[in-house]
Amino acid sequence: MGTTASQLSKESLSEYQELTFLTKQEILLAHKRFTELLEKHEKDQIDARVPMGKIITLPELKSNPFKERICRVFSTSEQKDGSLTFEDFLDLLSAFSDSATLEIKSHYAFRIFDFDDDGTLDCADLEKLVNCLTGETNDAKLSSTEMKQLISNILEESDIDKDGTVNLSEFQHVISRSPDFVSSFKIVL
Amino acid sequence: MAEKRKHKKQCAEDAQKLSSWQQWRQSTRKYLRRMRDESEEWLNSLKLWRGDIHLIEGMFGTGILSYFSFLRFLVTLNFFIFLLMFGFVMLPIIIAPHASGNITFSYCSVYKSDSRRGLVNYHKYITDLLSGEGFLEQTYLFYGFYNVDKIHFSHITYNLALAYLLVTIGYLFLSLIWIVKRSAAGFKHNLIQDEDCFQSFCNKIFAGWDFCITSENAAKLKKKTLLYELKTDLEDEKIKQKIAERTHKEKCRLYFIRLILNLFVIGVLAACFYCIYLATIFSQKAQMNEQKVNFIVDLIYEYLPSIVITFANFITPVLFSFIINFEDYSPAFEIRFTLLRCVFMRLTSIVVLLFSVWSRITKCKDGPCICGYNHDLYPCWETHVGQEMYKLTIFDFIVIVSVTIFVEFPRKLLLRYSSSALAKWMSQQEFSIPQNVLEIVYGQTICWIGTFYCPLLPAICTLKYFFIFYIKKVSLIKNCRPATRPFRASSSNFFFLGVLLIGLTLASLTYTSFLYRINCSQACGPFVNYNTSWGVVPATVYQLPEGVKKLLLALSSEAFAVSCFVLTCLAMFYVIALAGAHKRVINELRHQLEMVGLLILYNNKVLFSPQREGVNHVK
Repeated sequence: MGTTASQLSKESLSEYQELTFLTKQEILLAHKRFTELLEKHEKDQIDARVPMGKIITLPELKSNPFKERICRVFSTSEQKDGSLTFEDFLDLLSAFSDSATLEIKSHYAFRIFDFDDDGTLDCADLEKLVNCLTGETNDAKLSSTEMKQLISNILEESDIDKDGTVNLSEFQHVISRSPDFVSSFKIVL
Repeated sequence: MAEKRKHKKQCAEDAQKLSSWQQWRQSTRKYLRRMRDESEEWLNSLKLWRGDIHLIEGMFGTGILSYFSFLRFLVTLNFFIFLLMFGFVMLPIIIAPHASGNITFSYCSVYKSDSRRGLVNYHKYITDLLSGEGFLEQTYLFYGFYNVDKIHFSHITYNLALAYLLVTIGYLFLSLIWIVKRSAAGFKHNLIQDEDCFQSFCNKIFAGWDFCITSENAAKLKKKTLLYELKTDLEDEKIKQKIAERTHKEKCRLYFIRLILNLFVIGVLAACFYCIYLATIFSQKAQMNEQKVNFIVDLIYEYLPSIVITFANFITPVLFSFIINFEDYSPAFEIRFTLLRCVFMRLTSIVVLLFSVWSRITKCKDGPCICGYNHDLYPCWETHVGQEMYKLTIFDFIVIVSVTIFVEFPRKLLLRYSSSALAKWMSQQEFSIPQNVLEIVYGQTICWIGTFYCPLLPAICTLKYFFIFYIKKVSLIKNCRPATRPFRASSSNFFFLGVLLIGLTLASLTYTSFLYRINCSQACGPFVNYNTSWGVVPATVYQLPEGVKKLLLALSSEAFAVSCFVLTCLAMFYVIALAGAHKRVINELRHQLEMVGLLILYNNKVLFSPQREGVNHVK
C-alpha cells in the first residue's frame, strides 16, 4: 500500500504518522526529498526503489562513514543491494529522529555496526568500526598494538558474559549508560 | 514498515476483544498523546535560531552545538527575568496614577541630581551613555529612579517596595529551578555511574560519531579528533600505570613541586585581586574628583576596574595551562584542574570588585558612618553599584566584539596571505569552548548581581547575548576551527550548568551580604522608609491578618528550620543508601551473568567434544 505518487494521500500521511516517530512536516519533507532522487518515469510508480548509489548522495549521508551500512540495514529488497523504497526511507528517518526511543536507536545501531551480519559484534566487526571512525588512510589508523589494546578495553567494558563478543543485550546495556548516544545518533533533514 | 502494519493490525484485533470502556480509554489516550506531540512540535517551532543551530550542528558536530544552545538558553532566561522585572516593577510605575514617596527629609537624604543643564559637549553624552551617569542616572535604568514606596490605584494599594524585593528573590529562584531542570539529565548519569564512564571507550566508539554532520570538512575533522582522543586515552592508561609505579622518592619530589606551583598560582591570583582592588579604589576616587581631565582619560578612569579584570582574565588561563605541564597530572585531570582555576579567577574577580566598592561605601572619614553608609560620596549607593555593573556589562560586550574584529580577522588574513614561519606558528586559531563558556557565564553572573541595582540590565544582557550569537557564529565559520581536543556534548552540558550554578550562588551571596549589612540609601529608591531592603518584609508581615501572620512567623522560626534540615538529611541518607543497595544488586547480577555464560561455554565443550560425538553417532 505504499505510495510514491507525486502527492501523498491524506490517509497515507496519517498512517505514516502513526507508524513512525516522524511529524507531519517531517514526512512531507522526506517525501519531497525522496521524489527528487527518483527518475522521471518512476515518479508516479508505487513502491519505486532508489538504488544505494543515489541515496548516499544525500547531503545528510554523504559524509557519514556508515552510509552503506545504513542503507543495507534499512533496505527491504530481496537482492540485498541496499536500495530503499519510500517506506524504507521513512523507517530510516524514524529510527534516527529525535523522538525515537533509546531501544529503537540502540537496536538499529547494533545492526549497523554488525558488519558481517552475524548477530554479534566480534573483534573483526569492532576493528572495522574503529577504522571507519578514524579514517582509512594509513596515518589515520591506529597501530595494531593500539587496536588490540582498544578492542580488549571495549570488550572488558561491554562483554558481560565474557564470550569475546558483544551481543544485542550487552550492547543495549552499555548504550543505556552512554550519555552521548542519544544526541549523536540523530539525522534530521 | 510492513512489520509495523502487521503489528498494528494485531493490536487493532486485540482491541476489538476489549470492552467498550477500555476501548474508549485507549482511544482517548491515543488522542491525548497526539495532542501532546502536536503541542510539543508547535513549541519547538517557536524556538529561536533553529535553522542556524541546525547548520552549526551539521558543520561542527554536537560539541560546539552545546555552546550555542547554551547561549540560546541564556537569551531566553534573561528575557524572562526582564519580563518579571518589567511586569512587577516598571509597569505599575508607568501606569501609576498617583504614587506616594513619603521621604522624610534628613541630612541622609540629600541627593544632588547630576543631570546636565545648559550647553553640554556632545562627548559628555557618549561618556554618560558608556558609564551610566549624567542623563542616564535618573532613568528607569537604575535603582535610584524608583522613588515610590506604595502606589495607590482605585481599589488597591500596590506595595512596590515589597514587589521589588520579591521579584529579585523570584528571579534567582526561577534561574535556579530552570538550570537544575536543564542539568537533571546529565546529573543523573554522573551520579549513577563511576566517574570514569564519561571517558569510557564504549562511549567513544559506539556513540562517537555525530550522525548529524553534513559537511565533508567536519567529517574529516571529526575523524581526526576521534583518533586523537583514542590515542590520548590509550596513552592515559599507560600513564596511569606509570603513576602507580612511582617510587617514594619520586612522589615526594612531585608533591614538593606541586606545592610550590600551587603557592605560585595562589600568589598570582592574590596579585591580580590586589590589582583589581587598587584599580577600583583609584577609579572611584577619580570619579568623585570634580576636575575632568580629558574625554578619553575620563573614560579610562571609569573603566579601569573592567580593563584590569579583562586583562587578568586574558593572561591567567595562558599562565595556568603553562604551569600545569610541570605538575604531571593525567591529561583528563589537567584539563579539569586548569578550568577550575580559570573559573575561580573569573568569578572571584567580580567579588573583589564588589568588595572594594563596599569598602568605599561603608568607610566614612571620621569614624563609623552616621547613615550606615558614606552619604557624602554616595548619596545613592545602589545606583552607584548599578553603574559599576552596567559598565562591566558594556565593556565585556565591547571586548568580545573587538577581539573578534581586531584580533581574529587579521590573524586569519595574515595566515591566508603570508606564508612566513610566524604565520604558520600562529596557525589557525581554535574555538576553545571552555574559555568561551567562561566568558558568557561571567557576563551572566554580572547580570544576576546587577539586576537589583539596574533593573533594565536583563534586557541589555538579552540583546548582548543575541548579538554575541551571531558574532560567534560568523567568527566560527570564517575564522576558527573547532579545537582538536574534543569536548563531549554530555559532559560539556553538565560543566556549563555547573559553572552557571556557581555564578548564581555567588550572586545570591552578594545580595545577602549587601542588602543585609548596608543600610539602604535614604535619598533614593523604594526602600527609603526602611532601614535595610529586607525590612519591608517584616513590616508587611506584621500588617497581615492574624492567622496568616502566625503561620508566616512559625515558618521562619528556628524550630521549623531545624526540623526541615533534619528531615532533608534523613531523606538524603535514605536515597544514598538506596543507591548503594542498587549498585550491589547490579554487581551481583553481573556475576551471575558471567557464571551463566561460562556454564554455557563449558556445557558446549562437554556436549560437543569429539568423544561424545562418537557416542552420539552410535546412538
